[in-house]
Amino acid sequence: MSANTHAEQVEHDSHGIEIPHASYRDYATGFILSVILTAIPFALVMTGALSPAMTAVTIMLFAVVQIVVHMVYFLHMTPKAEGGWSITSLIFTIIVVGIMLSGSLWVMSHLNANMMPMAHEEMSQLP
Amino acid sequence: MTANAVVSTSAAEPSLLLGKLSWNSLPHDPIVLSTMVVVIIGGIGLFALVTRYKLWGYLWKEWFTTVDHKKIGIMYMILGLVMFLRGFADAIMMRLQQVMAFGGSEGYLNSHHYDQIFTAHGVIMIFFVAMPFITGLMNYVVPLQIGARDVSFPFLNNFSFWMTTSGAVLTMASLFVGEFAATGWLAYPPLSGISYSPSVGVDYYIWALQIAGVGTTLSGINLIVTILKMRAPGMGLMKMPIFTWTSLCANILIVASFPVLTAVLALLTLDRYVGTNFFTNDFGGSSMMYVNLIWIWGHPEVYILILPLFGVFSEVTSTFSGKKLFGYTSMVYATVVITILSYVVWLHHFFTMGSGASVNSFFGITTMVISIPTGAKLFNWLFTMYRGRIRYELPMMWTVAFMLTFTIGGMTGVLLAVPPADFVLHNSLFLIAHFHNVIIGGVLFGIFAAINYWWPKAFGFKLNQFWGKVSFWCWVPGFWVAFAPLYVLGLMGVTRRMRVFDDPSLQIWFAIAAVGAFMIAAGIAAMLIQFAVSIWKREELAETTGDPWNGRTLEWATSSPPADYNFAFTPRIHALDAWYDMKAAGVEHPADGYKDIHMPSNTGAGIILAGISTVCGFALVWHIWWLAGASFATLIATAIIHTFNYKRDFHIPAAEVAATEAKRARLLASAGA
Repeated sequence: MSANTHAEQVEHDSHGIEIPHASYRDYATGFILSVILTAIPFALVMTGALSPAMTAVTIMLFAVVQIVVHMVYFLHMTPKAEGGWSITSLIFTIIVVGIMLSGSLWVMSHLNANMMPMAHEEMSQLP
Repeated sequence: MTANAVVSTSAAEPSLLLGKLSWNSLPHDPIVLSTMVVVIIGGIGLFALVTRYKLWGYLWKEWFTTVDHKKIGIMYMILGLVMFLRGFADAIMMRLQQVMAFGGSEGYLNSHHYDQIFTAHGVIMIFFVAMPFITGLMNYVVPLQIGARDVSFPFLNNFSFWMTTSGAVLTMASLFVGEFAATGWLAYPPLSGISYSPSVGVDYYIWALQIAGVGTTLSGINLIVTILKMRAPGMGLMKMPIFTWTSLCANILIVASFPVLTAVLALLTLDRYVGTNFFTNDFGGSSMMYVNLIWIWGHPEVYILILPLFGVFSEVTSTFSGKKLFGYTSMVYATVVITILSYVVWLHHFFTMGSGASVNSFFGITTMVISIPTGAKLFNWLFTMYRGRIRYELPMMWTVAFMLTFTIGGMTGVLLAVPPADFVLHNSLFLIAHFHNVIIGGVLFGIFAAINYWWPKAFGFKLNQFWGKVSFWCWVPGFWVAFAPLYVLGLMGVTRRMRVFDDPSLQIWFAIAAVGAFMIAAGIAAMLIQFAVSIWKREELAETTGDPWNGRTLEWATSSPPADYNFAFTPRIHALDAWYDMKAAGVEHPADGYKDIHMPSNTGAGIILAGISTVCGFALVWHIWWLAGASFATLIATAIIHTFNYKRDFHIPAAEVAATEAKRARLLASAGA
């Protein structure tokens, strides 16, 4: 809302910021890819062609590809967009989220490390 | 649904109109009741004074609705100061309780009240003192240091401030209407779950932090964009003043970590409001997940607090040693390394939760590693001072006090980073002493250095030296008298949050700590006197050059206080210490060629939206569903209506700019600059 307010300063910015140029073609490509990437996992679930475990893995893989498609075609994120800041912040986000997820899984799976060895049934009998 | 059974036994059946709110929610405790009476009388008095001097219009037009980053920065500082007094009152109450409750005495606080006090103390000091203080500093200084006219999103800035204030208002309201959480400042479940905390205390905690969190996150985004997009031409990243660098990293941490807090509090809210079992003891819930998640936010949070102050100390050391900062590049890299490393140490807050040796040693080592870049910074400051022409003005005194205090706090931190040692010291007063050592010695001393350093810039007169020194000499020894005994007690095995004690040999240590707390109280009083005396004698202390300390960065190129537009012409940057470089090159202030300056308009939307949010939060705390729904709908509607406000900007005419600048030039000439 205040972007215009600082128009004269933005002009002077040494980074030469460009508003990403979005074309109709980009949106159409993105849309078609998204539909395909949604339809395939949907079909896999509907037909039950793969085992449940494989289906889950496939859905996750397609979801990741879907995220990339959205970022490239809808959010116009390229290594050069916004003078490289888009990609930098994306990499930072991936690192931080990766640390949080893997760290939490590791920590939470380790919480019984100092417990007496016991079977799962015994553990559920604990007060 | 056992949880609901507990609720209905503890309070009357919730009514449709007022939810759980009733006359019983008002205080019965004589201490709280008398506080409330005093606060109400004081409030009426303040209201009457403002009305008597017809200040409401002025306050509304010039301050509450302002989008000027400088005024918003000052309002953040005032918020921090007010909340600091409340947080300190809690601290004094705890110290008195602990020194009294020996030899069978119960002290003067019942356990329910005492538990709320230590919770409120922690929450207020972190969220509503330290955070507003650093946000205020960054708001005020960053745009000036990078040669910008304002932040990127001026309205958002105003909105962020009022959302933070809204959270503070809810926290304060809990003192008199209902109660605050009695869970400790991070509200660990299952204690904070509905079964064990059936009343509204934890709900106040949740909604106060959620609303304030909106403000914090938005202001983080705002400042990142400002720093990345609005630097004056020629100011590459490695020509940015070091305070701007540390602010950038602190705001990146805010944006990357506060969503975790929001999410984990949202899950706790679901547990409390709709009966999910994320963190409960049964149905597969795991309270350990809460502890894990909240520290993923909590550890970056402490670096959010300290990084901007590292920047302050760098600026102060360099200015008052009359030298450029030693090792600027290493300082920047140290800051960036701390930013990343702060994400891989969180488990050191719960070594004792049950992880095995591999997890604990990993996080123990990362914690020790993070002390390396911090140590590098300390050596940089020392080498900046080495062979410098040091002027021991107040900001420099606070900086030296910081170096001594923080180093010791850092070393006790490395002790705690050793998991076997932590198994002995976890949750003991040793830990309490450690984090007060780094937060007071680092964050607060830094804020005091910053206030003394930038006050002349903000108000056009220096702070009184005498009362500043009185405050300093009460604060620094006071800190040590108050917290050194806690190290001793912690090593003796005393745990935190205790209300009564059996062992009479401990009492002397608590007595010493209480003396220290009163020395700090004297320091705070001296600081308030310092502000009052300085405002009273502002003519004598007037500062007309805009550059009282022979500064090095761009903010000292402006007048004191800076014009609304900061810089009549956007400066062009050629060197790291831009203003020092300009002075050396003998750059003249241009006398003509001014242009109209395009400025954002003030708007009341921020304070109105935050006011509605406060009502919404209050309604959610008390389960007044109709009001919660209505206020939320109003909130969205108001936000949408605001988007149709097209009166967003205006121009300061060139003639007015010329007049302001000419007045400045005359002041400079008369000052002999």
